[in-house]
Amino acid sequence: MTRLCTFVAVGLLLALAACGPGPAPSPTEVPTPTAPPEPRTVRVMTHDSFDIGEEVLAAFEAQHNAKVEVLQAGDAGVVLNQAILSADNPLADVLYGVDNTLLSRALKAGILDPYNSPLLAHIPDPLELDPQQRALPVDYGDVCLNYDKAWFAGHNLAPPANLEDLVKPEYKSLTVVENPATSSPGLAFLLATIGHFGETGDHAYLDYWAALRENDVLVVEGWEDAYWGQFTYGSKGEGQRPIVVSYASSPPVEVQFAEQPFEEAPTAAVVGDGSCFRQIEFVGILKGAQNRDLAEAWIDFMLGQTFQEDIPLHMFMFPANQDAALPEVFAKFALVPDHPAEVDYAAIETNREAWIEAWTEVVLR
Amino acid sequence: MRQGDKGTRGQGDEETRSEKRFAICHSPFAIRSILHPPSSILLLALLPLGFLLVFYFYPLASILSLSFAPEGHFSLATLGKLFRTPYYLHTLWFTVWQAALSTILTVGLALPGAYVFARYDFPGKSLVQALTTVPFVLPTIVVALAFSALLGPRGLANLALMRLLGLDRPPLDLQYTLAIILLAHVFYNYTLVLRIVGTYWANLDPRLEEAARMLGASRLRAFRRVTLPLLSPAIGAAALLVFIFCFTSFGVILVLGGPRFATLEVEIYRQTIQYLDLPLAAALSVVQILFTFALMAVYARLQARVTRPLELRPRQVTQRQPRRPRERLVVGANVGLMLVLLVAPLAALVARSLTLSETGGALAFYRQLFENPRGSAFYVPPVAAVRNSLTFALATVALSVTLGLMAATVLTHRPSSPSPPSPPLPLSPSLLDPLFMLPLGTSAVTLGLGYIVALDQPPLNLRTSPLLVVLAHALVALPFVVRSVLPALRSINPRLREAAALLGASPWRVWRKVDLPIVARAVLVGAVFAFTVSMGEFGATSLIARPERPTMPVAIYRFLGRPGAANYGQALAMATLLMLVCTLGFLAIERFRVGEVGGF
Repeated sequence: MTRLCTFVAVGLLLALAACGPGPAPSPTEVPTPTAPPEPRTVRVMTHDSFDIGEEVLAAFEAQHNAKVEVLQAGDAGVVLNQAILSADNPLADVLYGVDNTLLSRALKAGILDPYNSPLLAHIPDPLELDPQQRALPVDYGDVCLNYDKAWFAGHNLAPPANLEDLVKPEYKSLTVVENPATSSPGLAFLLATIGHFGETGDHAYLDYWAALRENDVLVVEGWEDAYWGQFTYGSKGEGQRPIVVSYASSPPVEVQFAEQPFEEAPTAAVVGDGSCFRQIEFVGILKGAQNRDLAEAWIDFMLGQTFQEDIPLHMFMFPANQDAALPEVFAKFALVPDHPAEVDYAAIETNREAWIEAWTEVVLR
Repeated sequence: MRQGDKGTRGQGDEETRSEKRFAICHSPFAIRSILHPPSSILLLALLPLGFLLVFYFYPLASILSLSFAPEGHFSLATLGKLFRTPYYLHTLWFTVWQAALSTILTVGLALPGAYVFARYDFPGKSLVQALTTVPFVLPTIVVALAFSALLGPRGLANLALMRLLGLDRPPLDLQYTLAIILLAHVFYNYTLVLRIVGTYWANLDPRLEEAARMLGASRLRAFRRVTLPLLSPAIGAAALLVFIFCFTSFGVILVLGGPRFATLEVEIYRQTIQYLDLPLAAALSVVQILFTFALMAVYARLQARVTRPLELRPRQVTQRQPRRPRERLVVGANVGLMLVLLVAPLAALVARSLTLSETGGALAFYRQLFENPRGSAFYVPPVAAVRNSLTFALATVALSVTLGLMAATVLTHRPSSPSPPSPPLPLSPSLLDPLFMLPLGTSAVTLGLGYIVALDQPPLNLRTSPLLVVLAHALVALPFVVRSVLPALRSINPRLREAAALLGASPWRVWRKVDLPIVARAVLVGAVFAFTVSMGEFGATSLIARPERPTMPVAIYRFLGRPGAANYGQALAMATLLMLVCTLGFLAIERFRVGEVGGF
């Protein structure tokens, strides 16, 4: 009995300790008149994939006498929804991670304030989608088919070169894709097919998908399941699909996180014309941000060379700033498509539901 | 309220007689009101109800009203549309029947196991019991990887069958089928039945069944006519939890079932996240909540009727070693089933985490967990992940057990006189009971967004506070605690309390000396589930924007979020660590003995 009480008491204490405002500052930490002013905080709302080098972050905090508070909550779609729902009383000062599939929704909701950063001069025009500079491009990545090199070598089959190859009989039952209704690379790949084949005509995207279904394409819920569960390379031989929808950056990342140094990447991306969809990720200042100048400084920092060169190895995307040098593993092993499929970002918001519904009808029902 | 009305006539009569005896010195009603003065019951109800009000009903109402009335005027048109669209009716129907089927399967498979755990004592029992609960905390994607290592086209089961039967194709193809959804639901929920029913069963007096056997009843008849009715409160409680869990199933359906299956919860997620169709998502949420409430209301009425006061026995008296061959066979078969069904997938994961590395030896990925080669600011040291998970979990246990005990006490309260002064709160258990269950039957997506909308002003400005994580976990854990404790609390013979009160014990002392020792075991079961709820990051927390305080499941998701063999290996290593910490946690919780009575 007493022990149960102790148990509950200890638990409650722990709860308090864990969730309280933190330990009281010790006497030595009390600011003295000579100490620098209290650091200000910039709150950044972003998705779970956000990452940054420790030193890079520390440099920003030191330079601006600021504390960066990063709030991560699920994938980009969840984060944007939260930002929209909390528009009247924003959760953060800066929103990072909205991509071109979500951009139109963010702009329509009117949650972002314009900021004409001087660093935009270093960013190629095609990446700048919002002429009012409410959303500024930070990085991009191409969603492409990846294939298992060893599998194709072992089966004496040429790896696919473009989307059309996937519907050929020799590629039957080889491909796994993600459901566009639940996965962001899944949606991006659907958009690639829409951009490439078009919505109408003799060989529109739905005809392509019908043929893909005939050729036994496997649809799974998300990237994790596709890559680790079904992709022959990612699953270490347990999966049976040597072609998977992933990113153009996946092959260099495989090298980066390999157990032993590779001479060449074990996988490769299919970067033929029109076979990839380019995701561009944006940053913007939320309406009602508390420290506007600090938020601007953070955005300049994100677009600046130090952070931009830090992006590939932490977020596995390509820097938008053209002055940023790529790390060796990216320069050596990454293929970048010259001509990704093009889909207007405003059209994505208008048609998203209809496209996904039509796709579901053709591929799943 | 209806305890002792029907079906317990014999005991009821006896009670009346004893009350007459007491009446010489005290009116029985007076004793009851000493035990539970209406004011104290009200006070006791205030805290759990207040908690629900602030952290459940208020956020829920905020997000629902925002969804249904974005421009200020209220419209239920979407709700109507829902019932006219065949697809959604179909989804509702699938949601219900897969949950019903999963519940029947889980209860059917776990009931023999509960019997074995209730009646026999054997070496390794607590370890097996702890391991059966581990599935409960595992992220779905990890379970999917474990299943595919066992049941996939190149999984161990298929390889063994191919060799055994000389086949050249894998005979089992369960990927993305209903069968694997059901299997996963059994895998996750077996422990609910095992623990809740097993704990209750352990304290049932075996002499009742023995008496029936002596009077010539067959083993089956004695079970059906004596044991089963006595067990029904616990079976009902466990089945209800399993059903609601499967009814709101999300990850299992998406990841293991694949894109052709959808429950209401899956549809709510799609509508919210992908289409931002809040009205439709809210309508689906309302259907889900109404269904849970209706189910609960029916259940609460039934339960109040079938529960009867019992003479509970300490488990030292009811349990024995399996000695006869038949007993050993029964124990062995059930433990074997648990090992194959629940422990084998876990073992497959552990084995993978140890064997996957080609160059670094068995512990390569475990070592890598402690390294931060890229100097990432968001690197999670494993010690910190374990500490964060445990801190959240212990806080959740403390909060939900405290509130759950209060709620359960309120729910077992009987009015103090035949014509009670009408209570200021609707304290009728059949109305209150469903309220405490609702959080479990509510979409985590909806509630998560509700927090964003509602908890944004002081003093409740909790949107980005780690405290919200604990509150959200406790909300989901509360139904588990209430359901675990309630059958035991209801089974206490009120005469025990009355006798204690007559002898001059204060209500607090009566509760401590009579109620608590008898329900202590059940409280620990509730604590175990509260612990798992938090360790497994259930409920709305995945949608809460939280500053750096990553837990073990969060770390696993981070590793699985990017390509590379090292990430895969470290995710498996972290999952193994999660299993280890949970197993130790369960064993530690079970070690708690309450007072010197023990054995209950």
